[in-house]
Amino acid sequence: MALLEVTQLSKRFGGLHAVNDVSFTVQEGTIKAVIGPNGAGKTTLFNLISGTLAANEGMVEFRGQAIHGLKPFQIARAGMARTFQNIKMFPGMTALENVMVGLHPRSVAGFWAGMLNLPSTWTEEKRIKEQAMDLLALLEIEQFAHVEAASLAFGQQRAVEFARALASEPRLLLLDEPAAGLNIYETAEVARLITKIQGRGITVLLVEHDMSLVMDISDEIVVLSFGERIAEGTPREIQNNKDVIQIYLGE
Amino acid sequence: MDSKKTMPVLIFAVVLVALQVATSLSGRDYYLTQLTMSLYTCLLISGLCLVMGYAGQLSLGHAGFFAIGGYTSATLTTLNLTSALEGGNGLVVLLAKLGLLVSGTSLFGEELLYVQPWLAFVLAIVITTVVAFLVGIPVLKLKGHYLAMATLGFGIIIYRVVLAVEIFGEADGISDVPGFTLLPGLTINGEMDNRVINYYIAAGVLFLGVLLLQNLIYSRVGRALRAIHGAEDAANAMGINTSRYKLYTFVISAIFAAVAGVMMTHYNGGIAPADAGVMKSVRYVAIVAIGGMASLWGALSMGAVLTFLSLRGMFGSYDDAVFGVILITIMLFAPHGILQLPFWRKFKKSAKDE
Ligand SMILES: Nc1ncnc2c1ncn2[C@@H]1O[C@H](COP(=O)(O)OP(=O)(O)O)[C@@H](O)[C@H]1O
Ligand SMILES: [Mg+2]
Repeated sequence: MALLEVTQLSKRFGGLHAVNDVSFTVQEGTIKAVIGPNGAGKTTLFNLISGTLAANEGMVEFRGQAIHGLKPFQIARAGMARTFQNIKMFPGMTALENVMVGLHPRSVAGFWAGMLNLPSTWTEEKRIKEQAMDLLALLEIEQFAHVEAASLAFGQQRAVEFARALASEPRLLLLDEPAAGLNIYETAEVARLITKIQGRGITVLLVEHDMSLVMDISDEIVVLSFGERIAEGTPREIQNNKDVIQIYLGE
Repeated sequence: MDSKKTMPVLIFAVVLVALQVATSLSGRDYYLTQLTMSLYTCLLISGLCLVMGYAGQLSLGHAGFFAIGGYTSATLTTLNLTSALEGGNGLVVLLAKLGLLVSGTSLFGEELLYVQPWLAFVLAIVITTVVAFLVGIPVLKLKGHYLAMATLGFGIIIYRVVLAVEIFGEADGISDVPGFTLLPGLTINGEMDNRVINYYIAAGVLFLGVLLLQNLIYSRVGRALRAIHGAEDAANAMGINTSRYKLYTFVISAIFAAVAGVMMTHYNGGIAPADAGVMKSVRYVAIVAIGGMASLWGALSMGAVLTFLSLRGMFGSYDDAVFGVILITIMLFAPHGILQLPFWRKFKKSAKDE
């Protein structure tokens, strides 16, 4: 059984079919990419899967459960984490604190415990901090732990965002254009981090505008154009697909 | 606990004591009355600061929650139940049997029987909690000025209700509210020779409230609230139930406002429609704004100073206008509060470097 199964998903904005009857599956342990020109509907597709937007039609099944109609926080708690095309660091928070927020689903202290400063929260806070630190180390940015995240270089912010998303120990990680705004060195770095994440047994679904990044690291690719799935296959198959070549050359 | 958390709390406790000592040493004990009222106002302010500064929600209805607390307690403790008890009213008889009624005499020697203030207090909080949930669930779905308008609407409704309903005293409000005996020897009332004790009751309640909020701000929930304030959709995508967190924060701040309302009403011996007024809500928002939104200590210090000056009549007949001007000025020139102005920042930095 596939980890994620998207069936005939559609989303319209007024008369615009941003996502139109799109179906595909993501197998556990793989890296799958969704590519397509700007405006093809990739971000919208991600927003539908992660619950940020409600679909007009179609189904999303994750780990065998229907998740369409759930709120983003519920989907996150079910084991799906995401990053954003325009990086969304929490302003005024350090890199460490950003990742600590990511650990929210794996901790429990509520309003009462917090207000009363119960001893149980001390050990939990300590654990949250240590785990966040470990994640920063995993992404090789522990030296920026106490720097305000929003003031870091773009590539480092991406890494913080990865760490924050990984903090919930997701089964599936959605990455929306992780290389957007990065130079070629930073892009190569991000590619390395993605394979490192996959190496930890986490399935990755990534959206990318830029073909070169996904060709190297993806197991499978879905191509969107004007909201429709026009091709699906291995990087090699996609590279040789006439329709895909036409879209990318015609751009 | 690290010093970042404990130091401000310690300083706060010292300041509270120092204020009383200073008034006593300088023979200005009469300041204590306005100081006590300022401290209760600060309790409301601290709750509002949590909502505005940490959860990023604007409420123009907090005078309404203050009034729900104050009016509930005032009504229950001024309603004379003597004849109802004699008439055999089942509920009143039951309350009397449970020892939840208090007897006394009015200024005119009339025999009084009223609801024990502790019970009135508990009921005031329960009612406030229910109302805050009922208002908060639909209203907190709104954002920005829609939220402001909806809470403003709530505030106006409460104001109109207390103004129109006979049992709430209409335009006169409720007076002759008895004292609230917290513990034997500790009574909230406005008696002259009880002034110092009352100052410390207010200081103690505020200190406790601020301690709870300070703890919350530095907890897992506080971190989530700051995340919501900064980037709500990202916070939600991190698995934070953002609407529930905003709702709970709103309810907590409403309870803080209601506690302030109950205590202030017993302290003043009454409450009037003006306390429920929208201008009061605007004033509270202005104070949190000038304190720097996400700064509990900024809001508290501004709340104490401005409320005190206002109660001393420093702003004369321009009282409400002063707070209006403050709000506009802050929004235009120092949206992060005056403590974040370059002048202060430089001052703080040089103090740190030394
Ligand atoms: N919230 C929205 N309201 C209206 N139109 C939208 C909205 N979001 C996206 N669109 C439109 O939907 C189409 C797909 O957008 P998007 O999913 O962002 O594409 P991509 O991520 O592939 O660049 C675009 O034409 C875009 O203008
Ligand atoms: Mg996009």
